[in-house]
Amino acid sequence: MSFTGQIREVARVDLVVERRTGDTFRIVLPFAIVTLIIFSLSLGGEVAILRTVGPAVFWAISVLFGMQLALRASALDSPTRRDLMLLLNLDPAARFLGRTLASSTIVLVFMAVLFATMVVLFDPSLPGGWFWPLLAAISLAAIGLAALSTLAGGVAAGTRNRSSLASLIVAPLAIPIVVGASQVLEAMERNSGILLWILLLITSDLALLVAGVGLSRPLEEASR
Amino acid sequence: MTAAVDIESVDLSLGGKLVLSDLSLALGPGESLAVVGPNGSGKTSMLRLLATLVKPSSGTGTILDRQILSPSIREIRGRIGLISHTPALIGELTIAENLDHFARLAVQNPDDCTRALHVVGLEQVADRRVNESSFGMQRRTEIAWLLVAKPDLLLLDEAKSGLDVDARELVDAMIDLTLSRSGTVIAVSHDISQLGSALHRQMHLISGRLEPLS
Repeated sequence: MSFTGQIREVARVDLVVERRTGDTFRIVLPFAIVTLIIFSLSLGGEVAILRTVGPAVFWAISVLFGMQLALRASALDSPTRRDLMLLLNLDPAARFLGRTLASSTIVLVFMAVLFATMVVLFDPSLPGGWFWPLLAAISLAAIGLAALSTLAGGVAAGTRNRSSLASLIVAPLAIPIVVGASQVLEAMERNSGILLWILLLITSDLALLVAGVGLSRPLEEASR
Repeated sequence: MTAAVDIESVDLSLGGKLVLSDLSLALGPGESLAVVGPNGSGKTSMLRLLATLVKPSSGTGTILDRQILSPSIREIRGRIGLISHTPALIGELTIAENLDHFARLAVQNPDDCTRALHVVGLEQVADRRVNESSFGMQRRTEIAWLLVAKPDLLLLDEAKSGLDVDARELVDAMIDLTLSRSGTVIAVSHDISQLGSALHRQMHLISGRLEPLS
């Protein structure tokens, strides 16, 4: 099977598994929405404050939950399944990219639904022409979080405290993604350019994808 | 005749602990070996080493004509079949979908999967999800995959544990089939009665050392 065929196959199976378990949309998304509601209630119904902090709360919850969603895919792999994938000659780089592709899709849909909920609950004042820049920011953030979490899952694979370790790796490295994505709307509010923030997101994503592809084989060998 | 497995003085350390010590083994095509040993003696680690999934700390030799310490060892992985003590299937996929997934990745004919499911008696339950299937069905699914993959080196880790008589006979048939195609089979278990008589040689693994079975 070609390299791109392997990427597609890994992504296809990950998405089928996600659709059947339904964890994202039956468990994680409702929980994230409840968190949004708790935030809005804890701010005391002060409309001006709600409008101001809404996008920031959205990004904070998106990153924390999105990170866990993307990490979950790696955590589902049992050691025997990882062994089998190696014996099937699955290229570790194709596996990284396929998993990142599937996780990006899941996180993107998750963030889109969460953003719509945030708009309803917080009624933020969105700048004119916000849709496409925001879509770009969410998409790039989803790719970055997925790549980072998949990479962290690979680094932590086989370790005893893998879930805690992976989260510890992801959280600090996600800062450029959070800053870039959250500043897109802020920059539009201030009528300043968003190009810098989009470029930060693209650069972060590319760096993570290159690192993930480059490190996939050494990480696999290190776990041998 | 080139040996399928020919390793000498191999040590394996995992997490700083010596798991296998001074392991030497030579098996040619069409030969088989049964290894019996108590829990924790290193049986699974030995099979994972032979499957190229862990790297020896030291030693020399070849597996399917590739040097055990060379990077090219991973090129033979597609020729190795491994049944681990825990099934490696994806629980949310059906039995048929698992085989289809493996066949796609390993570039095998999907039609062979249908035939293999028929052979192992899973044709009627092929659409059942793995996490809703019994352990025996999962093991049969793995045997079906081995029928499709036709490995040159078959490694069985407690492959008959928890299986009924029919399924155990399937494992024996898989061993016979591999040997008849000049493949090599190594089976390990803590219980010698589960290794069967189809295997040519028997050895004992105690505390990471392989010794002839007395």
